[in-house]
Amino acid sequence: MHLITAKTRLSPNVTRLDVQAPRIAEIRRAGQFVIVRRGEGAERIPLTIADSDPAAGTITLVIQAVGKSTRDLVALEPGEAIRDIAGPLGHPTELITAGRALCIGGGVGTAVVHPIAQALARAGVNVTSIVGGRSREWVILEAELRRCGDVVVCTDDGSYGRKGFVTEAATDYLKSGRCDIVYAVGPVPMMRAVANLTRPLGVRTIVSLNPLMVDGTGMCGGCRVSVDGKALFACVDGPEFDGHRVDFDLLAERQTTYREFEQAAAARPDHDCRIGLGQR
Amino acid sequence: MHPQRLTPKERLQLSRQVMPAQDAAQRRANFAEVNLGLPETLALIEADRCLQCKNPRCMLGCPVNVNIPRFLELLSQGRLPEAARSLLHDNALPAITGRVCPQEIQCECECIRAKKGESVAVGHLERFVADWARAHPEAVPVLTAPPSGRRVAIVGSGPAGLTAAGELARNGHDVTVYEALHRPGGVLVYGIPEFRLPKQIVDQEIDRLRQAGVKIECNVVIGRTYTVPELRARFDAVFIANGAGLPAFMNIPGENLKGVYTANEYLTRVNLMAAFAPDADTPVLRPRCAVIVGGGNVAMDAARTARRLGAERVVIAYRRTKAEMPARVEEVHHAEEEGIDFELLCAPLEILGTDRKWVRGLRCVRMQLGEPDASGRRRPVPIPDSEFVIECDMVVSALGTRANPLLTATCRDLKLNERGNIEVDENGLTSMPGVFAGGDIVRGAATVILAMGDGKRAAIAIERYLLETKA
Repeated sequence: MHLITAKTRLSPNVTRLDVQAPRIAEIRRAGQFVIVRRGEGAERIPLTIADSDPAAGTITLVIQAVGKSTRDLVALEPGEAIRDIAGPLGHPTELITAGRALCIGGGVGTAVVHPIAQALARAGVNVTSIVGGRSREWVILEAELRRCGDVVVCTDDGSYGRKGFVTEAATDYLKSGRCDIVYAVGPVPMMRAVANLTRPLGVRTIVSLNPLMVDGTGMCGGCRVSVDGKALFACVDGPEFDGHRVDFDLLAERQTTYREFEQAAAARPDHDCRIGLGQR
Repeated sequence: MHPQRLTPKERLQLSRQVMPAQDAAQRRANFAEVNLGLPETLALIEADRCLQCKNPRCMLGCPVNVNIPRFLELLSQGRLPEAARSLLHDNALPAITGRVCPQEIQCECECIRAKKGESVAVGHLERFVADWARAHPEAVPVLTAPPSGRRVAIVGSGPAGLTAAGELARNGHDVTVYEALHRPGGVLVYGIPEFRLPKQIVDQEIDRLRQAGVKIECNVVIGRTYTVPELRARFDAVFIANGAGLPAFMNIPGENLKGVYTANEYLTRVNLMAAFAPDADTPVLRPRCAVIVGGGNVAMDAARTARRLGAERVVIAYRRTKAEMPARVEEVHHAEEEGIDFELLCAPLEILGTDRKWVRGLRCVRMQLGEPDASGRRRPVPIPDSEFVIECDMVVSALGTRANPLLTATCRDLKLNERGNIEVDENGLTSMPGVFAGGDIVRGAATVILAMGDGKRAAIAIERYLLETKA
């Protein structure tokens, strides 16, 4: 059992949970994830480790409540516990150790980008982050990212920061000078747009994928993605891949496999479907 | 109690008793166990069919060397507690092997009675005695030895790991089993369906190991949470039995369409995650027509699962003939009874999809058997111009597994073969001192009982290693 030590609401449907998992807190590295199962009968869901506090033995999970399982998870309160947490899984992020890096986070993807920006800043890399949200209240982890370097905030409605998409801010950044690597995490359309932007410029672009997953150890193959036409497993070969080689259409398509089930689960009166950025 | 011992002649006159089973029409719609178990009267008669050979060949056919004539003799005399103790001494998981072993190519195929007629139903009797023992735990006390002060780590809680854990705990060693999933049992819980092996039985066997002092830690992924060298530093010996892991693909177009599952994913969703229940949190697709590609036990399990989840038509597509199918005879027979269609000599070429990327069919080619290949089986070759399409909305590939590099990639000292499986000597010892391995990570995809045999062999070797390294 993993005790929840703190809970914070970051945006209307994104919640941060600090959870006891001492071993994972001690060894996890940027880019890795855990498989979480809330309780008996619950689904296994992959969540990126957003941060950790090895001294306190806790890891930070940032959860977007989009379906039944994630809603059940964010309904937990401090003092309650998550039954199963396995990890850290996946390969750590491929980090550069000098130069200039651009970190782009869309919606809850910002929580995946944050530990990468943190690790880069610690290594002495010049980090700029671009974070996007539908409007002011949907922008998360801005203050945390400011500790790693410059931050540009974009909102779709212009209620905060720049009005427009993260790709527009990214275009300006890439024009402004040298960029050694781009990390982009967010909804599939956002990652695809960033990859399309950087491909002609030849700037290496890493994306973090979150396909459907069951065991997280390579056993089931449900999380297969196509990279350079080759089937790779996000859980053991990723979750981060070269964005210029990922088949985003396939990823988006496979993510809809259980839409009917999700809609059935969501067709409850208390559910207000609010999926963040880029799902329009 | 049986009145008196039969003469060999009288024994020979007894014919093989039939395992009662749930009616095929009824069981197609439920996940309850298919075989119902022999009643005691029939079990005693069946045990009498054993001729008590001086040189019992059946034992040679058993990967864990169960003393079959001994437990059958005790059973035939109605001495059930002794029969149970005898069986459990040789085999830590008899309620499981009695259900899932391919007896027809092991003990029963060696049985002298099989030469002229039907073998003794060793598997059914093993199950009978094991189930009796489960119902009478007081008759079969958990044996423990005084603590040895030695610690052994076991990676994986499948059949190999559980068997080794039982053997080592019995000798007083402090055993910790690490399981990557949230529930122990490995393939016994994620792979083999409820209707063939009720999960309650697996849980009971695991409880028994816990009573013997075995510690089981779930959600620990060796290769990620800890590495083998880290375990080696904390334990006196390590046994790696983490299974094969990676599913093999058909490598044909359309494998990424929605509605294409690996058998591992399909069965894990249904078995481990209980997606068969209508209100389960974990979803599973419910097709009208499912095609399962493959001819092993896993293919039969997937097909019969799809049938139970309401598929109107379920087809097994296999590129050779029924004679070459690696599945247990009983599974093929049960599948047929449940109305599964067999497309034999049929190889998939392409999975066809709708514009919305859902499976709509499987394009296949008809095969014929040609010259024997390296495995000695006649190699299937395509018949020209014989392509056809099976219309379906789900395809499951049950083509076996490859070695999962998750553990081995973080332990460079482990010598692997060209397929990524761990190399071991005849005692299960790897290239690292004190590190042993067995089961599918060594063999590639094999059976529960072969994995258990590896666990038993490794436990003996570990015992010897612990003695040799005693401070």
